[in-house]
Amino acid sequence: MIAFLLRRFMWFVITVWAVQSLSFFLVRLAPGGPFTQERNVPLHVELAQRAKLNLDVPLYEQYFGYFGKLFRFDLGISDRQPDFTVNEIIAAGFPVSASLGVLALLFAVALGLAAGIVSAVFRGRGWDVSIMAAATLGIAVPSFVVASVVIILFVFVWPLFPAAGWGEPANLVLPAFCLGAPYAAYIARLSRTGMLEVLSQDYIRTAYAKGLSTRAVVLRHALRGALLPVFSFLGPAVAGILTGSLVIEKIFAIPGLGVHLLNAALQRDFTLMLGMVLVYTTVLYSMNTLVDLSYRILDPRVELT
Amino acid sequence: MNRTTGNRTKGEHELERYAALWEEARAIRGTSLGRDAWRRLRRQRAAMASLVALCVVTVLALITPLLPLQPPRRVDSDRIFMPPTFSRPAALDLDKLDADFGRKDLDLVSRALLDARLALFGGWSLPSICGTDELGRDLFSRLFWGARVSLAVGVVATLVSLVIGVSYGATAGYLGGRIDNFMMRLVDILYSVPFICVVILLVSILSEDSIRTWLESWHIDRITIFYLVVGAIYWLTMSRVVRGQIISLKNEQFVEAARTIGASQRRIIFFHLVPNVLSVVIVYLTLTIPSVMLFEAFLSFLGLGVQAPDVSWGLLVNQGFNVITPIKIYWWLVVFPGLALALTLYALNFLGDGLRDALDPRLKNR
Repeated sequence: MIAFLLRRFMWFVITVWAVQSLSFFLVRLAPGGPFTQERNVPLHVELAQRAKLNLDVPLYEQYFGYFGKLFRFDLGISDRQPDFTVNEIIAAGFPVSASLGVLALLFAVALGLAAGIVSAVFRGRGWDVSIMAAATLGIAVPSFVVASVVIILFVFVWPLFPAAGWGEPANLVLPAFCLGAPYAAYIARLSRTGMLEVLSQDYIRTAYAKGLSTRAVVLRHALRGALLPVFSFLGPAVAGILTGSLVIEKIFAIPGLGVHLLNAALQRDFTLMLGMVLVYTTVLYSMNTLVDLSYRILDPRVELT
Repeated sequence: MNRTTGNRTKGEHELERYAALWEEARAIRGTSLGRDAWRRLRRQRAAMASLVALCVVTVLALITPLLPLQPPRRVDSDRIFMPPTFSRPAALDLDKLDADFGRKDLDLVSRALLDARLALFGGWSLPSICGTDELGRDLFSRLFWGARVSLAVGVVATLVSLVIGVSYGATAGYLGGRIDNFMMRLVDILYSVPFICVVILLVSILSEDSIRTWLESWHIDRITIFYLVVGAIYWLTMSRVVRGQIISLKNEQFVEAARTIGASQRRIIFFHLVPNVLSVVIVYLTLTIPSVMLFEAFLSFLGLGVQAPDVSWGLLVNQGFNVITPIKIYWWLVVFPGLALALTLYALNFLGDGLRDALDPRLKNR
């Protein structure tokens, strides 16, 4: 286990280095930047700003300077918002995005598992068919279409929820639903398939034979096996929710990481962009590692590599 | 004499027996994998309906310039935010035709189709049955023109990912050993790269003015870049799938036979091994197209993908979403593009599922 985590950490460092270097050179070698703007700044102001952002030294010095600061978890100062460091912006945005993402994930797992189990137990009947049709629809409809329709319906036509904003529980309901819906659909399909496979095993028959109720068999014996494919999907799901939260945050005007990432890209705030890439890589990598670990806990036969 | 007749009859018997066997053998048709899969696919109503629907959408998208639609870029201040209607639109303004259709951006075939349409239908066009947008442009026509972009992105980007993924996976799987190990490690690393960041970074750098003009001097426009970038992302899973298949195939006798007669490694990989993994590839392909289309729509919605005056379904939803206000809800601007996108993706997903069932060897002959 320790060896596994260490090995993973080594690959994590390599990944971060590769991604950050690539992004760094892309950003620095690209024409244009924080100073090619419609508004002409006086030369001494620009020079001072360049010095502040460490842009007045050769490229390789910038590179080593950047990584040196990265080791101390200092991501530098935002090019566009010079009053804030990238660390501050991330610290402000991360909790917002994280709570939205976690809520969406919980919603997706709860709804998806319930739907998948019901669908597998009532295989081939009305429930099963309608749940699976809904799940395929949920996979096909993009989250921003769902969000647009939901806003029209539940904000304007029937004003149940506030349109946008952040801070109250009511603000969270619609975004979490829109963000989680496609993943709930995937999880429903995965857990149904897994459940059906498990339900035809011998030990399930044994469980029935010793007189257990359907509920006990399904929840205690079958569920564990059916969870495996769902867990292996959680890695991609987290990645997708991270990405998807970009669009959802934009639609619902939520001040999370995604909005900062988008603004950084649109305004060419390259230091902030690099910091965002780092955060996304870290989250993605640690979630993938966690998923592998949980896989091992659920199924002891799985080898960790 | 007797003996010879006896011999002859024996020989004739033999011949007759062979002839009968030959007849019997000729009557039996071996089913190829493709035909077998097609037979099974035809039995699945949902998948077949999806296939038909997708063919119709593709054909309509291909012949869009020929259809009597209103010009997708015609701005009309009298028809702003018109709800769906069946009233007859104004006849085409023949002087502004080039601008209204964006004729200079069209390829030669589309121009020819457009000319054919003008010859066939003249100034007549279909009513705005899906309403009009904030500039009075006809949504129905924009849906058709957007379909061209959305479908093209889906198909071309998927093909790019197919080429990269299959060659990468097949090479790694066939060569094996240390090279395989290294190549797959690289894929593992790439899996943890947040591609949305990379794409946003790339797109924002490539749309810088100086770079854009430089690229345009090479006739590379934004959509082409898009194909390449998206295609370059979606090959990871494909390469893993193909590698697994190749590893299980590479010790088969036909590979050894090919090697014996002196086929080169490249020939063995691409002419002997790759055709054998096609069924898996096709299934994965039909599932990649929707995710690529979704990604395009997603980026266009964020304003980082296809840009005006080009249209795509994602961009249309975005434009519809931007004009939602509490005072007046222009639902048609969101619902119709969303519906087009959702139905196409729905059909693609169904077709992918159907194909997977049809090509799965475990279900063979069942």
